[in-house]
Amino acid sequence: MSKIEIMGEIISTKQLTEDIFDVWIRAKEIADQAKAGQFVSFYTDDPSKMLPRPISICEIDKKAGSLRFTYRVTGEKTGTKEFSLKQVGDKIRLLGPLGNGFPLEEGEKAILIGGGIGIPPMLELAKERTGENIIIAGYRDELYLEKDLKKQGELYIATDSGSFGVKGTVIDAIKENELKAAVIYACGPTPMLKAVKEYAKTHNITKCYLSMEEKMACGIGACLACVCKSKEKDEHSQVHNKRVCKEGPVFLAWEVEL
Amino acid sequence: MNMKVKIAGVELKNPVMTASGTFGSGEEYSEFVDLNKLGAVVTKGVANVPWPGNPTPRIAETSCGMMNAIGLQNPGLDVFVKRDLPFLAKYDTKVIVNVCGKTTADYLEVVEKLGNEKVDLLEINVSCPNVKHGGIAFGQDPKCLADITKEIKKIAKQPIIMKLSPNVTDIVEMAKAAEDSGADALSLINTLTGMKIDIHKRAFALANKTGGLSGPAIKPIALRMVYQVANAVKVPVIGMGGITTAEDAIEFLLAGATGISVGTANFANPHATEEIILGIEKYLQDNKFQDINELIGLVK
Repeated sequence: MSKIEIMGEIISTKQLTEDIFDVWIRAKEIADQAKAGQFVSFYTDDPSKMLPRPISICEIDKKAGSLRFTYRVTGEKTGTKEFSLKQVGDKIRLLGPLGNGFPLEEGEKAILIGGGIGIPPMLELAKERTGENIIIAGYRDELYLEKDLKKQGELYIATDSGSFGVKGTVIDAIKENELKAAVIYACGPTPMLKAVKEYAKTHNITKCYLSMEEKMACGIGACLACVCKSKEKDEHSQVHNKRVCKEGPVFLAWEVEL
Repeated sequence: MNMKVKIAGVELKNPVMTASGTFGSGEEYSEFVDLNKLGAVVTKGVANVPWPGNPTPRIAETSCGMMNAIGLQNPGLDVFVKRDLPFLAKYDTKVIVNVCGKTTADYLEVVEKLGNEKVDLLEINVSCPNVKHGGIAFGQDPKCLADITKEIKKIAKQPIIMKLSPNVTDIVEMAKAAEDSGADALSLINTLTGMKIDIHKRAFALANKTGGLSGPAIKPIALRMVYQVANAVKVPVIGMGGITTAEDAIEFLLAGATGISVGTANFANPHATEEIILGIEKYLQDNKFQDINELIGLVK
């Protein structure tokens, strides 16, 4: 298994909400090796932007050698804006697959929690897993990927605005529906991850996996920008820091300090 | 065609190196770059004991560059010697270890312990802007710089490169202070202290508030300083600061640098170092130079 830098070709592209975009990219060498919970570095064509954008894998089609990414455009003149303007047939420079990915915990009943732009990796995870999937998706207001997620398990929705599903957070949705499982997976903003960790602790769910996010530069473990605090001394760093891009982005909740 | 250059008696197969802190100890990038092709690998700064570095966020992208405030996180000398040096020893390239410390004694401990290791050159980091007592104090005052250079020179078994900070009034004064105190070579520039504010969060983009600006944005400043220093000292100069392409590297050579380091460009393109080497070779061929040393300092 090794990371590869290649030119991917855009197969389809779609706008899902005001700022969420969806793209399928042919990138066989990356798709061949990729698994749920990993991410890919996207390079912009703009030489004034030096750093790649790490984007998590939403779906993998091994047969077609392609990958799906659902990502947020963070503003005008940003790298993600540039990606969203690309058309079918356009090329994009990619490096991946990066990071460790989710352990599948085959056969176990699991709750898959995605908050905001942390929702997309839950789709591929639900697809790859055997065992019952309960999926909780937390949105600000507008929904996306909900139809795809529904096909992969029992779906519960929480929205900040209350426009769909439970008004409130993903934790409110779990509590309201009295959901229980042997495994929890979560990806989303830090306050959400904290709440998930607390919930897992209270309910004695030891297999609680959190996908962490941090500002990255190299994406491959060299620059030490994207560290998170670890409970134990890390073997590589010799301090209480783990690299999100290399040892992560997925960590057992008890390994990391949030 | 000769691509070899000599720095403080050490022959490099070509002048292209990695800038400290952007390339780890080479292992991560070895998946993309054949380290055997590089003139030298310059490691991330290593201290006598492990350092945890700064809180996150540690980086922020800026136009044509980035700021970092990693805070010299490193695993400490013992693990570095046991794990990273043996890894680098497998390759046919020169090894330059960047040394950092909080006190003179810290530096001396690392320099002394590296004396018997397979290390070709030492680069002394007296210019990291992100650690309060991490060297910048030594690198911004000519007297302090002279003192620490002398102390290190007394015990160093390898030649020493003093890495200079651009965050000074007169870079030439600093360069001369280091040279007069026994520095075998100089490398410049380290990053320029900068700041970025996130207007949506109404907070500093970096947890450290300030960070070191690197990338093409600083290249003209770096080139000017390399030119000034190369024309003021006799020891070889290693130039760095925003080098992204072979053309950039050639500018530094023409300005007087004997070697060049590639830093932030590795993040934008993991193959940058190898591409720059090929680009320099092509330039020499196209312009009918037999020896890269003919380029060095050609523009006065």
